[in-house]
Amino acid sequence: MASKQAASVEEWQQHDTSKNTKKSRIEKNESLAGLLFISPMFIGISVIVLFPIVATFILAFADWKFVTGIDQLQWVGFDNFRALLDDEKFIKSIINNAVFILTVPITMIIALLLAVIIDKNVYLKSYFKVAFFMPYISSVVAIAVVWQVLFHPSQGPINQVLMSLGIDNPPTWISDPNFALISLMTIHIWISIGFSLIVYIAGLQSIPKELYEAADIDGANSWYKFKSITFPMISPTSFFLLITGIIASFKVFDLIAVLTQGGPLNSTTMLVWHLYERAFLELDVGYASAIAVVLFLFVFLITIIQWIGQKKWVNY
Amino acid sequence: MVSTIILFFCSIAFLLPFIWMLSTSLKIEADVFKYPIEWIPSRWNGIANYQEVWFGEQPFYLYYWNSIKVAVLTTVISATVSALAAYGFSKVRFPAGSWLFLVVLATYMVPPQASLVPQFILYRYLGLFDTHIGLILLGSFSVLGTFMLRQFFIGIHNDFIDAAKIDGAGHWRIFWRIALPIVRPAVATYAILRFIWTWNDYQNPLIFLRTDALYTIQLAMQKFTTLNGSFYTLIMAAAVSAILPLLIVFILGQKHVIDGIALGGVKG
Repeated sequence: MASKQAASVEEWQQHDTSKNTKKSRIEKNESLAGLLFISPMFIGISVIVLFPIVATFILAFADWKFVTGIDQLQWVGFDNFRALLDDEKFIKSIINNAVFILTVPITMIIALLLAVIIDKNVYLKSYFKVAFFMPYISSVVAIAVVWQVLFHPSQGPINQVLMSLGIDNPPTWISDPNFALISLMTIHIWISIGFSLIVYIAGLQSIPKELYEAADIDGANSWYKFKSITFPMISPTSFFLLITGIIASFKVFDLIAVLTQGGPLNSTTMLVWHLYERAFLELDVGYASAIAVVLFLFVFLITIIQWIGQKKWVNY
Repeated sequence: MVSTIILFFCSIAFLLPFIWMLSTSLKIEADVFKYPIEWIPSRWNGIANYQEVWFGEQPFYLYYWNSIKVAVLTTVISATVSALAAYGFSKVRFPAGSWLFLVVLATYMVPPQASLVPQFILYRYLGLFDTHIGLILLGSFSVLGTFMLRQFFIGIHNDFIDAAKIDGAGHWRIFWRIALPIVRPAVATYAILRFIWTWNDYQNPLIFLRTDALYTIQLAMQKFTTLNGSFYTLIMAAAVSAILPLLIVFILGQKHVIDGIALGGVKG
């Protein structure tokens, strides 16, 4: 097809040179039009994202406080990365990030369960979509403030309920190093379920009904239908949610900033929070850039896994 | 019917913090921590609380206006820029297009926080630090928006475009008169999502704004909570106020939001 077209173009060009110049003018106009349409986007992305990301990789090898002039910048090679390995808070951040990933499968299981029920014949379908979606669209700051009060150690409704149930010393939640991360994870799950739920419902609706009808004829029970039809058919959806969920878990910032500021005792610090502290509270440009590079590498790795996994693991 | 009842109880668990927030915002301070919880306030103080939040010591209405300004302008610019780029990447056939698209797509992989520090330095250098324009520009170049709208432009038959070209229409006319009206629902979907994300954004205003009078509602919320640490009724009235516009936008555009998310609308 392409070669035939090329051949005919060649023939056509040989026949008529005046048309040839016209053709190249059209091509030129087409290129110009294309560039004009994409230029606002492309220039914006270049200045605001591309250039800064390149700069991050360069600054990671420098020592500089940006309140001082650029002439104070010193190149230190891999020193920042070596320092990361001895940085207790950095190590703790990575561990916390790793633990936080647990929120992803938990969110997915709950969301899938709810999606399967909503997808069947229930009343008030649109009410449920809005209700489960509320936490996702609401601002994290407003939500975090509410949870801060709900988790209040002595007077908060959650602990009052626990005490009235006979638990004399309930945890102090976000101010207890052993429970702070779990508290944040609970709130994060509560926020994220709405998103996964909507994606799952869309996935469920694309499963051909004939599959279930055939299974009905064979007398399959609902668990068998879920295991052999629903679950495999939504594996691309699950994979998508797993990957985007993990990437999103690396970006969590608002919850930490409003609720715990990384404390108590670094129990809720994470990569992004550590980066923020080093960059914007301690003005440590090079060190923060090194953390940013590590963050980038994690996300890059996950994206690569997604590319490979898409082909091997998911059946479309 | 059984599953409806089960779901209903689950949904209550999701809404309970919101109901608590709303009911607290209508109480007097002394009743906030009463146990068992008074879901319907016995002593009503709603109007006074909201009046105090909106027109008290803090210029809450100003923060609100800042948020509206930033969110609306970001949404309009971002939707325009994305639609233009999406058309360019899908309906104009030029050799550089495909690899430029790859470059744009690659930036989607970069976590926003990884480029924060140079962005900050750049902004100080360009004089965009601590300005609303700077904040708006940060949200205006969305790879996600471009990608999403591109999918819809691809869906438009090329015969349409070619027929218009034969009639002598240029790309600008085709974009404005033919393509854009067809993808309008997709633009609306993206615009609503962008509005919600911008309204909710806390990180960028925190880093890129310093002047109190420029604060958006999310920054103001946090300042408000530290200043009003002991007045939970006021904090909750502020929280209700911060969520209200989102709720309105969401309920009006419910179908669009859900379609957008279902299409694979990842936050970005």
